[in-house]
Amino acid sequence: MQVQVTVNGQSRSDDVEPRLLLVHYLRQRCGLRAVNVGCDTTSCGACTVLLNGRSVKSCTVLTVQAAGQQVTTVEGLAADGPLHPVQQAFRQEHGLQCGFCTPGMVMAAIGLLAENPHPTEAEVREGLEGNFCRCTGYHNIVRAVLAAADETAEEVTP
Amino acid sequence: MRANQATAAGAVGRELVGVSILGTRVLRTEDPGFLTTGAVYTDDVVDERLAGACHVFFVRSPVAHARIRSIDVSAALQAPGVVAAFTGADLADLPLLAPPMPGMINDQMGQALLARDVVRFVGEPVAVVVTDDPYQGEDAMELVDADYDPLPPVIDLADAAAGDVLLFPDAGTNVAATFGDAAELKADLFDGCDVVVSRAIINQRVAPAPMETRATAAAWGDDGRLTAWIPNQGAQSTRDALAAMLAIDPATVRIITPDVGGAFGAKFGADPEHAVVCWVAQRLGRPARWAETRNENLVGMTHGRAQHQTVTIGGRRDGIVAAYRLEILQDAGAYPRFGAFLPALTILMAPGPYAFPRAEAVAKTVVTNTTPVGAYRGAGRPEATAAVERAIDLFAAEIGMDPADVRRKNLLPMFTEPHTTAFGAVYDSGDYTVALDKALVAAGYPDLREEQAQRRSAGDVVQLGIGLSSYVEITGPGMEAGGPHENATIEVHPDGSATILTGTSPHGQGHVTVWAMLASDELGIPVDKITLKWGDTDLIPEGGGTGGSRSLQQGGAAVQQASRELIEVALQRAAAEMEANPADLVFDNRRSVFAVAGDPEASVPLAKLAEAEQLLVRSVFRAPGPTFPFGAHVAVVEVDTETGKVVLRRVVTVDDAGTVVNPLLAEGQRHGGIAQGAAQAFLEEFVYDAEGNPLTASFADYPFLSATEVPSFELVDMATPTSYNPLGAKGIGEAGTIGATPAVQNAVIDALAHLGVRHIDMPASPQRVWRALQSSGTTAVGSGDA
Repeated sequence: MQVQVTVNGQSRSDDVEPRLLLVHYLRQRCGLRAVNVGCDTTSCGACTVLLNGRSVKSCTVLTVQAAGQQVTTVEGLAADGPLHPVQQAFRQEHGLQCGFCTPGMVMAAIGLLAENPHPTEAEVREGLEGNFCRCTGYHNIVRAVLAAADETAEEVTP
Repeated sequence: MRANQATAAGAVGRELVGVSILGTRVLRTEDPGFLTTGAVYTDDVVDERLAGACHVFFVRSPVAHARIRSIDVSAALQAPGVVAAFTGADLADLPLLAPPMPGMINDQMGQALLARDVVRFVGEPVAVVVTDDPYQGEDAMELVDADYDPLPPVIDLADAAAGDVLLFPDAGTNVAATFGDAAELKADLFDGCDVVVSRAIINQRVAPAPMETRATAAAWGDDGRLTAWIPNQGAQSTRDALAAMLAIDPATVRIITPDVGGAFGAKFGADPEHAVVCWVAQRLGRPARWAETRNENLVGMTHGRAQHQTVTIGGRRDGIVAAYRLEILQDAGAYPRFGAFLPALTILMAPGPYAFPRAEAVAKTVVTNTTPVGAYRGAGRPEATAAVERAIDLFAAEIGMDPADVRRKNLLPMFTEPHTTAFGAVYDSGDYTVALDKALVAAGYPDLREEQAQRRSAGDVVQLGIGLSSYVEITGPGMEAGGPHENATIEVHPDGSATILTGTSPHGQGHVTVWAMLASDELGIPVDKITLKWGDTDLIPEGGGTGGSRSLQQGGAAVQQASRELIEVALQRAAAEMEANPADLVFDNRRSVFAVAGDPEASVPLAKLAEAEQLLVRSVFRAPGPTFPFGAHVAVVEVDTETGKVVLRRVVTVDDAGTVVNPLLAEGQRHGGIAQGAAQAFLEEFVYDAEGNPLTASFADYPFLSATEVPSFELVDMATPTSYNPLGAKGIGEAGTIGATPAVQNAVIDALAHLGVRHIDMPASPQRVWRALQSSGTTAVGSGDA
């Protein structure tokens, strides 16, 4: 069936199988391969994207459910411009190693900070509970999200 | 932080350039790409050689042990989009996957790439379905009709050792390997001891579970050569393993290593699935791809640990240990892989950092109807540390002494000349007591003990536990032929950039950044103008890969050595160019120029010397031996005595891996290892039922560590350089799993020690903790306002 989706700011129209998962649509049809698949039980969050600004696991969304909506992947954050503050914080704090969880983790962090701009460490950990990382022990990911929150706060009140 | 390079340049005079880049927190150059377009993993690879690739799906055994009566793929072949389907009979000409370590492991226990007559674990590949489209494969796999005659499953290690049912009747035994002779254990080992404690310990089976699962993309060229993209830890050993399974000349195989999404020991070499995908591509004359699901990964990728131990420790009531014995029963899983060999490393490190006057260790490896066991972060050494650290605590509890004091009384005194243990390990350098004391100070140990005493006397429901571990481990063990060594090639280009080729293989460690730092420090070329290449066997035919925490101390040392040799080569060219005596020239690595000593204006840039002729050096660094990093960890937990729930509050670690080149990345290695160690201690276990059915074969069931289950970690610096390489570096990658696992386990038991609990096997799940409390003879205390 035909669906219209806005992906990283660009409107697209595609003919898709009704059962096509959003993650496979993004990877195979849109060529957005930073959206990773790490499990088959909606546990790991490697496929996290923003749907209308809220973080979702794209392995648990059918493409047809995203019809008429805005999807943002990590590829859509910086485009050719400077890094998004969360991306920058992940680099600054060494919040990534192998990189596989990273795109989903960054999108989950952006979703978290949109809902709670000034989280405590415990709130960051709660907010990222659905995103698995095997490399960092979460230590520097948490630091990165807290640093990004500070960065955002400084922009608001210089 | 390292001082300047005044002594480092060998024969070439060097300008003093102030502070070196080494030892500084350089941000990773890998990251901008990873954070914007994402890394390119095997399943992401777009390449014209893979155009029109078909997709391979593995049909796996649903039973642990059975004779295959028939496998009918005819219905699957009729399904939409199905290109082909194959079973073990189609691959009957190919050799079995041979166990590693020829001569040490029983060679009658090989694995067919697709099972032929018998299946030996749930998840063993029995057939493949090949389709045009991935979704079609998911559908068609279900149409393969396999019929099995069940055989009795062998799951329990004691049953396996008893050998009533044999997995390989032709082998005549379930024993895959033995290490040492159990019949020669000394009857008088513990004579004269005031106290002797013995305990069976299970170091449970866990899943490495890298976030990127296994994958293959394979294409055969018109020239008859295979190009295979495979996530791996060393393309050269992957090439050789793949060629052996396909019975072809390794020279006809080119491995290309895309970005790798974590490995943790489980992506070394190649697995049967990788070879089958390559075989399918050849058979069909069409590129083929495979990317496994997480469910497949959890049953199909090798597992780790899976070691049953019996520790016995004896000594005097004043805390001096006289003798230690470790007996190991290792689970190899259904087919002996590297896991069969793990006890050799465990035995090598059995006494850890302790000066036990008498120690002995023996091991036996058996096969069971479970997923094969391989290397997992630490590979044999965490098992050694877990055993001896539990033994020390058992001994301390028995004599009623603080476990920190027992450790101090038995640690080897500081040494700077190599120390040879009773098991033949040659520790290069160590200062174990200082490491322990630094960790205890940072943790505030006396205050923690006081808080613990208060909670105990108050009868709090939630009790505090403090767990210690002291460790020494072996890194860069040199399992590659010819002893520990690695190669690097460095080329300086006329435009002032440089390219490094390395035999190591990063998958998160940050070699792109650190290898560039090492070359930059010598050559004066900025880090961002240095490109690192790895993992392409046509470009880099030799290399030991990344594992056993070997990369920096051997691969990094090779980069530094090659850079220095390149300066020597360039010096001669500079002398000719400037019509000067080489002895009169110095290399200024701040400006990347050769200059006349005392006349910096008379100079020639290094890059210019690459204009007329390629400026390239390949060098092999050889280490005199493995290095032995050490440290101490303190874990603090809270244990709810009513529910058995464990909450990890703090982990404080001292990890001395010699000189640190990039503290940012070294800390990252420690964080990750600590978390994986903690996860094994109180969360993760791969579980089978008595029939061999896996009960934890998805991320919904396998208790993968999440961000809420660990605190931020407290790292203490300690760096004792090794003399085994010019960097002074030892390995850091596995310190976390080696040190943290027993610290957290000991902390849980320590929380309940006053209630009579002496041991709880890992993982310290609520159920296991609660049971230990029930059987300790002391009912859980605390109620009311506690």
